[in-house]
Amino acid sequence: MSTVSYRNLIPTRQGFHNGIKIIAGKNRNIVGIGSDITVSVGMDGIANDFPQRFFSLGIAEQNAVTFAAGLALTGKIPFVASYATFIVMRALDQIRVSVCYNNLPVKIGGAHAGISVGPDGATHQALEDISALRALPNMVILSPADASQTEKAVIAAVEQYNGPVYIRYGREAMPDFTDIQEPFIIGKSQVLREGKDCVIYATGHLVWEALMAYDILKQQNIICTVVNIYSIKPIDVETIIETAKVCKCAVTAEEHQIIGGLGSAVTEVLSTNFPVPVEMVGINNCFGESGKPLELMHKYKIDRYAIVESVKKSLKRKI
Amino acid sequence: MELIQKLKHQAYLIRRSVIEMLAEAGSGHLGGSLGLADIFTVLYFNEMRHNSKSPEWIERDRLILSIGHVAPVLYATLAYAGYFEKEELLTLRKLGSRLQGHPGKDKGLPGIEISSGSLGQGLSIAAGLALGLKLDKINARVFCICGDGELQEGSVWEAAMSGAHYKLDNLICIVDRNKVQIDGKTSDVMEIEPLALKWASFGWQVFHTDGNNISELLKTFKEVNSVLSKPKVVIANTAMGKGVKSIENDYKWHGKAPDKEQAEKFLKELENEYSII
Repeated sequence: MSTVSYRNLIPTRQGFHNGIKIIAGKNRNIVGIGSDITVSVGMDGIANDFPQRFFSLGIAEQNAVTFAAGLALTGKIPFVASYATFIVMRALDQIRVSVCYNNLPVKIGGAHAGISVGPDGATHQALEDISALRALPNMVILSPADASQTEKAVIAAVEQYNGPVYIRYGREAMPDFTDIQEPFIIGKSQVLREGKDCVIYATGHLVWEALMAYDILKQQNIICTVVNIYSIKPIDVETIIETAKVCKCAVTAEEHQIIGGLGSAVTEVLSTNFPVPVEMVGINNCFGESGKPLELMHKYKIDRYAIVESVKKSLKRKI
Repeated sequence: MELIQKLKHQAYLIRRSVIEMLAEAGSGHLGGSLGLADIFTVLYFNEMRHNSKSPEWIERDRLILSIGHVAPVLYATLAYAGYFEKEELLTLRKLGSRLQGHPGKDKGLPGIEISSGSLGQGLSIAAGLALGLKLDKINARVFCICGDGELQEGSVWEAAMSGAHYKLDNLICIVDRNKVQIDGKTSDVMEIEPLALKWASFGWQVFHTDGNNISELLKTFKEVNSVLSKPKVVIANTAMGKGVKSIENDYKWHGKAPDKEQAEKFLKELENEYSII
């Protein structure tokens, strides 16, 4: 018996498309930078409706990011997007020096995040982007759970923070389920289920999987708290500590390397505030491969079943 | 003639300050900073529209220093142009200073447009900035100072492509062509010639000048301003260490600072050089 329903299946990149269209309509300072894969990453949300504010720069991520920093010097709020692995890893020094060190409001869209990119294989599956960006001062990292939340993340990136923001989103159609009414606040999280046995901190596509895991575990009389960590940096320290105090054991779940990602971010908070056993669901120090999204998520142990297994492991270690 | 003499004297003062600053700091890049003193003098004391009393003036011409390591020549120029007191120059590279080893915008030094120091990024910033100014219909120019060794960075050519694509005629790149870099001669480390052909084939209007000759520089910038609808590059031949005969064109002085004794000697050489002029 499922405790959750969804409106429809939409890729989160559609949310990026919708968000940028809305915010560009509201704010004349928004400009878009194209990196050739405009439609694929949702930048057509500005390119189609506001062509005079969209600038194609070709397949040149280093220039795209730094050019955006230059535009920001004149008061523009540039959005630059490409596949997460290219825009983050290829242009990482540019993001560090030209964007973050100068603390400029460049908003970076990282599309095709995670292994669920599927058949394109390892080169196109961004699994290290959060880790790479998390260490950069001034950078805000948003990892929304579904298309509706991605739309809100794009708007929040402009309206709530006048500095660099990274928004991570995926390619595959996934359940769109988050409460439309609930506000998106940078630095906050969403408690989606409340239980006392174990807390699951999930981000991105894994939030839905965490809810599915909740249902499976409920059948076995294990009642979990599920927290959607949509803001990875800054992270909701208060909620993480509060929920850990109630449950006394935890699981993190992300479509990203365990090293440096959500698992690391959550354990940084817990180990210095309220240490509890933590099991981490994520990519375990390896590259992905071609396959169907759900097949890959299963093989690489980042689906609901992996979360269920990790919750049981964590429960055994409960303090 | 009077203007040229005035600018020459200004360049001399900037060179003096550069030597004094680096000696006091104990580290820094002397060669390139001295080599660029004439270009910075002509830009800030004749060519650029700017106002040191209003550093954020929206219609100012902007200078993007892509080679952040020659920050001393920028700092000395800004101080003489009135952006801050000259006494502050001696805080270069010291704890708590606004004069970072490479420009740090977050430290709030007036006149600093951007933090820089990682090579290959300045021209992209300058191009984005030039486009932003055009969008806002602000009639200001963007000068970007690049090193010749820096042109080995591939991202410079991504930026060059975009400057021509968007016909950024308010963008002027000045290449500090001193033909040396840390490891030695640029032609040995990684050849960048034929340089003018490279820029021209990327859609830029190319100018050559003697970057250590004030009257040549004045003439060149006049020509630069007459070209419309494409970005412009000035390949400025300079001598690293210019003004101090014993270190001129010596790549060993690229990333080195003089000690106090050397500084005294260099200042004397500089005086001699200028007394001849």
